[in-house]
Amino acid sequence: MRNSPYTRMLGLISGVVMSFIAAIGMVENFNKRVLIEPFVTMGYVVVLAVPVLIGILAARGKPSPLEEPARDTGPNLASGLVAGLIGGLITSVFVALVDTFDMTEFFPSMRPAMVEEMTFGFGVPAGLLVLIAVSGVAGALGGLIFAQSDAIRQGITQAVAWVLGVALFEAVVADIFEIDFLLDLIYAKNGGLQPWAAVIIGALAWWLSARYRGTAKQFAFTVRDSEPKSRIRRSLIGIAILAVIVLPLLLGGIVNELLINVSFFILMGLGLNIVVGYAGLLDLGYVAFFAVGAYGTGVLTSSFSPTINPGLSWWFALPIVMGLAALAGLLVGTPVLRMRGDYLAIVTLGFGEIVRILLLSDWLTPYFGGAQGVRQIPGIPVPFLGEVSGTRPELFIYLTMIFVFVAGYIAYRSQNSRVGRSWAAMREDEDVAEATGISTVQAKLLAFITGAIVASFAGALFAAKVGVIFTNSFKVLTSIIILVVVIVGGMGSIPGVAVGAFVLIGILGGPTSQGLLFEFAEYKLLIYGALLVFMMLKRPEGLWPSVRRSRELHGDELSQDAWLDKAGEFKEDDAEVAT
Amino acid sequence: MALLEIHGLKKAFGGVQALSGIDFHIDEGEIVSVIGPNGAGKTSFFNVISGMFSPDEGHIIFDGDNLTHHLPNEITRRGIARTFQNVRLFPNLTVLENVMVGQHPRTKEGMWGTILQTKKQRAEEKMIEEKAKEVLSFFGSRLAGYRYDQPAFVLSYANRRRLEIARAMATEPRLLLLDEPTAGMNPKETIELTGQIGDLRDKRGLTVVVISHEMKVVENVSNRVVVLDHGVKIAEGDYDDVSTNEDVIEAYLGRPAERSDDE
Repeated sequence: MRNSPYTRMLGLISGVVMSFIAAIGMVENFNKRVLIEPFVTMGYVVVLAVPVLIGILAARGKPSPLEEPARDTGPNLASGLVAGLIGGLITSVFVALVDTFDMTEFFPSMRPAMVEEMTFGFGVPAGLLVLIAVSGVAGALGGLIFAQSDAIRQGITQAVAWVLGVALFEAVVADIFEIDFLLDLIYAKNGGLQPWAAVIIGALAWWLSARYRGTAKQFAFTVRDSEPKSRIRRSLIGIAILAVIVLPLLLGGIVNELLINVSFFILMGLGLNIVVGYAGLLDLGYVAFFAVGAYGTGVLTSSFSPTINPGLSWWFALPIVMGLAALAGLLVGTPVLRMRGDYLAIVTLGFGEIVRILLLSDWLTPYFGGAQGVRQIPGIPVPFLGEVSGTRPELFIYLTMIFVFVAGYIAYRSQNSRVGRSWAAMREDEDVAEATGISTVQAKLLAFITGAIVASFAGALFAAKVGVIFTNSFKVLTSIIILVVVIVGGMGSIPGVAVGAFVLIGILGGPTSQGLLFEFAEYKLLIYGALLVFMMLKRPEGLWPSVRRSRELHGDELSQDAWLDKAGEFKEDDAEVAT
Repeated sequence: MALLEIHGLKKAFGGVQALSGIDFHIDEGEIVSVIGPNGAGKTSFFNVISGMFSPDEGHIIFDGDNLTHHLPNEITRRGIARTFQNVRLFPNLTVLENVMVGQHPRTKEGMWGTILQTKKQRAEEKMIEEKAKEVLSFFGSRLAGYRYDQPAFVLSYANRRRLEIARAMATEPRLLLLDEPTAGMNPKETIELTGQIGDLRDKRGLTVVVISHEMKVVENVSNRVVVLDHGVKIAEGDYDDVSTNEDVIEAYLGRPAERSDDE
């Protein structure tokens, strides 16, 4: 066993994380969901994934740039086992404490039910030993996995990922493949995969990964190295377009609903990406523009809206709403022109809240309905199809896709143009941009206005989809989540925003909508936070970074500052020469 | 008529009088060096001319127009470009992009043209790129070819200085303010750049003001030398006059008696 202080530290981390997961009630809540009949439940999978991962880390030993970690079964297994046992020990001490002292008053999740789940139903003294043993075995399993060759590890990863995926996304799988007899066959009656189905799926995934190992990577390289207009690229783009057109028809209501929510965040992410990613203006009140779009549409189209109700068609309202959003962008942009960095962020944060509170105020309630919101907002009229709203997600998704495409196109075009370069210059160094002849006032306002208009697309679609809008949908949290989407996806990157929105909104769920992992809804913000910390440490440029951004974070060591330091040395020499 | 005329320029930062009433003029096609010991107010002088600081008193007349209190971007638009003492590039933009940014005040396509991809916009983009390459060719092959797509932060120190000058040239100025263009360069690079500063005047028809600590540069390239000390112009004239001027020697070295006391 190598490097035992490191192993002990990992064990400690494992214990703390497992105790934390238990303490917030995740195990208890998630155990209601069976993944594989009859024993594998989601709570145990989540909590025992910790010692497995820790076991892998313990087997690898302290990361060192000089030597490759050794893969030999004995020591690897031992390291994993020790880390797992330590983790189990700490967790069991925690569980015993919870059993002894009643703390439900302060921590409602630390209750007997949790103790029962954590001791696997064996009660306190005996169950704690079981917990330590299980955690040790999980750790040892991690160590054992680490000791395997690359091919086997990849097989295991694929198999586990596929089995968990098919089990977790049961509702979605059922929604997509409406083949009842097959579904009944692989899924048990009250949820969860049949054990034999899990084995088959795992084996299939393993076999596929072994058969096609490296093919995907190879293909990605081929595409990357191909010419911009080569056949392979064209056909890929063709397939992508075809998939986008055909898929919504095949997908069920749940998935389409989800994709619509994702596309709202792609839209807002693209808009915010222009403001933050391109122009470098940290706007924490971005949701205000979404609100302008939604309320504008609501008031203009709903014939039940108080005071103002022209009852326009959605399409006629849209240009007016865009104009209103541009005006809002100008209104927010003008006073903050002289602010930079942190100050700008704080002021925009304030603006975002002001908009929401104004909508709730007595002064605007007669126009916007206050806490009641605007109701009975009609859908979007489409020739031959009638009125499309949230009740017909398989049609509505096409409308959102059109706007996502438009926003993506605007973002793409402006990136490498005179306007985009002026934003980039401003982001890099505002004073110098100004001295290079860029009117930073104009550039900032243009960024705010463009961002606001893109957000108003999302707002207008949102209003038509849900039919009722309240101020609740426009809280600070939404602004923050849009920003997190942009950061996790990759600042300044268009595909990054889409990836970020899929991961965060699609899988975890948005501020008001559920994602694929709907059980996680309660712990969404916790996971967002953990993900953000992880990203900042391991991949600060985002999941799909822009070229510029990854250059910035992983570029040559010769940063400008380093060179400036050197310049200082030179300058002293010069001074001597001069005198 | 002088291209740039400055009368009684004053600027104070709190209690420090950085510039106390400077008169200055430069004619079209001249190269004027501004020298002076550290803290003499040379860079403040540039900052006020380029609009980054607003003067407390005095006038800046450029080509007959009063540019006092104008924004930096307007001043650049009128035809005064500058470089910075501590090299301020856009480090994460490529070499070519850095220079293309310089074309900003001379081009005009906005958001609509960009979104709609009008013919005019595409032509302008092409023109900007060509112009940027043409400007970079001023430095021979040093910033050409594979360098175009390198981010500015990987460049060597001397190349950063060159790129900064190229970016300023891309704004198509009539007057170029160079703040210590040779600082940090080795003797060979200094000689090369000195020649190029001469070329800016002779081949590109630019008028140049150079701040320099490097007397070889000052001697070889300037038509006229202006010496600042404590925000005041203490001498003006050709290199030989200035280098033998008693006040100038005193400003740099101190009075003989004091020097013997100090050491």
